[in-house]
Amino acid sequence: MGEVVWTTLRLAGLTTVLLLILATPLAWWLSRRRAWWKEIVGAVTTLPIILPPSVLGFYILIAIAPQSPLMGLLHPFGIRTLAFTFEGLVIGSMIYSLPFAVQPIRGAFEAMGPRPMEVAATLRASPLDAFFTVALPLARRGFLTAAILVFAHTIGEFGVVLMIGGGIPGKTEVISVRIYQLVESLRYGEAHRLAAGVVVFSFLALLGLLLVDRRTDEAVR
Amino acid sequence: MSSGVEGRFAGGLGGFHLDADFALAPQGITALSGPSGSGKTTLLRCIAGLAHLGGRLTVAGEVWQDAQTFLPPHRRPVGVVFQEASLLPHLSVRGNLLYGAKRAGTAANVRLDDTIDLLGLAPLLARSTANLSGGERQRVALGRALLSQPRLLLMDEPLSSLDAGSKAEILPYLERLHRTLAIPALYISHDGREIARLADRVLFMKDGRISASEDAPVEPTLAGLGAAERDRLALAALRAGLTPEA
Repeated sequence: MGEVVWTTLRLAGLTTVLLLILATPLAWWLSRRRAWWKEIVGAVTTLPIILPPSVLGFYILIAIAPQSPLMGLLHPFGIRTLAFTFEGLVIGSMIYSLPFAVQPIRGAFEAMGPRPMEVAATLRASPLDAFFTVALPLARRGFLTAAILVFAHTIGEFGVVLMIGGGIPGKTEVISVRIYQLVESLRYGEAHRLAAGVVVFSFLALLGLLLVDRRTDEAVR
Repeated sequence: MSSGVEGRFAGGLGGFHLDADFALAPQGITALSGPSGSGKTTLLRCIAGLAHLGGRLTVAGEVWQDAQTFLPPHRRPVGVVFQEASLLPHLSVRGNLLYGAKRAGTAANVRLDDTIDLLGLAPLLARSTANLSGGERQRVALGRALLSQPRLLLMDEPLSSLDAGSKAEILPYLERLHRTLAIPALYISHDGREIARLADRVLFMKDGRISASEDAPVEPTLAGLGAAERDRLALAALRAGLTPEA
């Protein structure tokens, strides 16, 4: 049981870190100079919210299977497939949770408006300098929200991880999949303990989110 | 080559057409006045490099913009005070003052201590920007701009968002700045009294063009004010710690 929890936490942690790094430039780009065609990219990044996990899982599975052209590019490096591997799970989770990272960060960047970056520029900060010393600190609340949402959402995912991970114990089996299997085999006692743990964890994550929101509300003006 | 500022900007920006030809003396405050929508802020943004229109601009003999050159705003040694103080909310007053100073690079002509003295900022330094008064915020914004070691100071109606009391409180600081400032400054305002107190020259702008240029009126004038407004100004000045001149 400890193994399953560890795999789950490792998956959620890694997904959160990698996704925040990936989502930051994307959210910044989406938040500056709004051209209508940028919303095409905006819609694509939001799609995972409304797609059924099985649809998403199906396409990701096809993309990371040995025959896919995408994997073909990796064959020379000795990587045949990412299906049913932990790395594949991380990639799938990142796609699945992408909107939960991009939206809050984009919102925070947009709420900031153009003025702080202009101020920084007139104070001799290069765009990159201003991004790190002004934009990131001003958007910290968006980052915190994104991190909590992505982490919790990854803990909660089921359909995608089942399809592309296969629930291999010690490798790709996570809590939600284990609960499903426990219930299938009528081991309700163990299922109860794990399920209760997820409920408590999710509650704490949401509480943390709301407290963060409250505190930053007070700090801002 | 002139040591002042010479520039011309022409072009359209979102339906508005600017065609402004202007020059600023190497020292002293030039007011830029005109009705709202006449292009004052657009011109200021062009000078700062925050807006990009065709044209040329030289400051103290250095080309900031011409047909081949366009220095981005962070490469222009310009100090800007916006209409709203626009302090960086994640930094303290001191952090705001030092943000530009740290990046100015060159030998500091404007020193932190002097600026703190000039603008009376000492009691504010450690405070967060969140609960400063309007007048205090603009003083910090002004100090921050000066400490970035500008060769040109631009102020976009820095007093327009303040109430009469805060205005009366900050005007003496601006007058002191006016006496000590060694660089050209452009000061947007459509308040005749402010211009009379602070500016050496006035440029008038209309429909995107500089329509006139003249010396500012010499005497500060209270003419045209109602008795109630005069009393309010006098009271605010007393509260700000000023004593009537003998």
